[in-house]
Amino acid sequence: MEKKLLLGAEAIALGALDAGISGVYAYPGTPSTEITEYIQKNSNRSSQLIRSSWSVNEKTAYEEALGMSYAGKRSLVCMKHVGLNVAADAFINSAITGVNGGLVIAVADDPSMHSSQNEQDSRVYGKFAMIPVLEPSSQQDLYTAARDAFDLSESVKLPVMLRLTTRLAHSRAGVTQADKRIQNPLQSVYSPERFVLIPQNARKQYNLLLSLQEKLETLSEHSWLNRLIPGSGSKGVIAFGLAFNYVMEVRQTFALDFPVLQIGQYPLPRTLVEQLFFECETILVAEEGYPVYEELLRGYFGNTNILGRLDGTLPRAGELSTDIIVKGLGITTSPVTQVPDIVVHRPPSLCKGCGHRDLYDALNLVMSSFAEHHVFSDIGCYTLGALEPFNAIHTCVDMGASISMAKGAADAGLRPAVSVIGDSTFTHSGMTGLLDAINDRSALTVIIADNDTTAMTGGQASSATGARLLAICKGLGVEEEHIRTIVPLKSNLEKNISVLKEEITYEGVSVVIAQRECIETASRKKRNKLASA
Amino acid sequence: MHINIILAGVGGQGILSIAAVIDHAALRSGLTIRQTEVHGMSQRGGAVQSHLRISNSEIYSDLIAEGTAHLILSVEPHEALRYLPFLAPEGRVITAIDPFINMENYPDMDDILTELHLTNSPLLVNAAELAREAGHTRTSNMVMLGAASPFIGIDAEHLESAIGELFYAKGPEIVDVNIRAFRKGQELSQTQATET
Repeated sequence: MEKKLLLGAEAIALGALDAGISGVYAYPGTPSTEITEYIQKNSNRSSQLIRSSWSVNEKTAYEEALGMSYAGKRSLVCMKHVGLNVAADAFINSAITGVNGGLVIAVADDPSMHSSQNEQDSRVYGKFAMIPVLEPSSQQDLYTAARDAFDLSESVKLPVMLRLTTRLAHSRAGVTQADKRIQNPLQSVYSPERFVLIPQNARKQYNLLLSLQEKLETLSEHSWLNRLIPGSGSKGVIAFGLAFNYVMEVRQTFALDFPVLQIGQYPLPRTLVEQLFFECETILVAEEGYPVYEELLRGYFGNTNILGRLDGTLPRAGELSTDIIVKGLGITTSPVTQVPDIVVHRPPSLCKGCGHRDLYDALNLVMSSFAEHHVFSDIGCYTLGALEPFNAIHTCVDMGASISMAKGAADAGLRPAVSVIGDSTFTHSGMTGLLDAINDRSALTVIIADNDTTAMTGGQASSATGARLLAICKGLGVEEEHIRTIVPLKSNLEKNISVLKEEITYEGVSVVIAQRECIETASRKKRNKLASA
Repeated sequence: MHINIILAGVGGQGILSIAAVIDHAALRSGLTIRQTEVHGMSQRGGAVQSHLRISNSEIYSDLIAEGTAHLILSVEPHEALRYLPFLAPEGRVITAIDPFINMENYPDMDDILTELHLTNSPLLVNAAELAREAGHTRTSNMVMLGAASPFIGIDAEHLESAIGELFYAKGPEIVDVNIRAFRKGQELSQTQATET
């Protein structure tokens, strides 16, 4: 069969499709978005229906996936690492209830923070929930592991985490496809003793989870994702996930022969680790992420024979690379050409003609008339308003935080308290903060930058835009005369300034919805229309 | 056979189309490939790069190590310089000389050219002009692919058929203009090779 050219993220999607999933649930987030997009584009090739549209946020996505599993079918749920914070409640507790149909959670971490606010390591969550975690190192292995993960999930009746990082998610390679499995039949069994997590049930289920740990470790010992590559010398390497690629690249380039233990399935396979420790005097621990297992192996009082991120052999933060492993192994290389001094940074910026530009032009003019001009903002394209030439926003912490933080600041007495949030982020987790503000009658202005899409991740459908946003605000209890709409265009500058000024000076909750379609999605629609005409 | 290429440019300049053509042609030729790309926030007018590795045996790392790139293929001259630490001692820079200026402190073009000339026989391509001659200004990326085509270890016919596949959905005119652009770049590259 001809190889398919796939991103790592897409390889997971194809693996899940071939494992016979009945649905995928996700909220877009770099670098995980392409998993769901691939399923959306390719699910129509399946003879059986596959549910695949976007969820409101990662928590609803996870619970929906768990519900599908409860009903006996296989489901995939995808998110970026910080999305798992949002879904954490459902995630952790689903390890207590266990699953029926296979449930796989694909989490894409972003070490080096290419497109994120932190580089948290989802393997910690996997350990926390005490479930199996798979971490393959190539696109082909991602495909196979995704396909296998559903069997594993059904065999241990637990959710299985499939962890990948940006480099693999966004790197293409040829992938050979295996057979396609048909979907599970609908099979819902009453089992309140598992799924009603009142204390008496939860304690039993938790003990069951604890008793399963030994079995999970045995499965790791025999997993094809964990293997010891024999070698010679007193120094060995434990290479976790993607780190394996860099370690093997160095081994090949410099014709070295050190033993390598590849780890791609957790919990850690104890006998394989013991074997490497028996053979080698010093061990380099290479993890693509936090030094989670290095810390464990090193122990509280420290083992000086263990090298890694904690002793400075490898950098404490950021993603690994072949060059970092070369240095970590103490290999000297010839100096390379330096970047010339004239080269300057080229930061990302809002597109030319983007409506957010006109919104920020108006908002900056309004805010400059106040002594305090703090603007609380959120996560999306409009976050680029923090940079030159706008410098228009002053916070961006987590999804939805703009509204709740502005509310807290208003409670503290800050005037004006202004927040800027996108349509998709508002429905993700801005609505709840707005309800708090309404209940407290906080003096707060929420500006919803409604560009009719989830733009930053590439233009995915938003859960509510346009008139539905107005209806949501009204339904939550914002006074109708303080729900205003503007169109952020240069020609409307004066008009928009006066609307913003009126609402920002109002001592109560007001919402200004700035409606203008993302120019990227608008031009894509136009191109598609032309192509189909 | 093992070839490492750094593709460089600014978000929206079409380096992923160059990568897609090479990827498909390489797979069609029975070669192994790994190709990284940048998605998300940096795409918005920021510096973007793609590491592209082609081999007839197994490739481990998705990323190219410093000092091991055979080619830096850039659609923008300033961006070509950003990745010089990756260039192998015998490696070459092939770049378009049309600046993409979306910031205030863009360096002086003469300084950029001076730095480019310090590299090992750089191939500087007037891509915008050749793209116009081919029939569409947006085909600069295919001009650059054409200019690089003699150095990437894949038959030109395979590359041309991959261009055909990539633009198939956009109709035969778009395919033709992109093939013409590819050939313009290829021609320039061959002329320069005979001159030196």
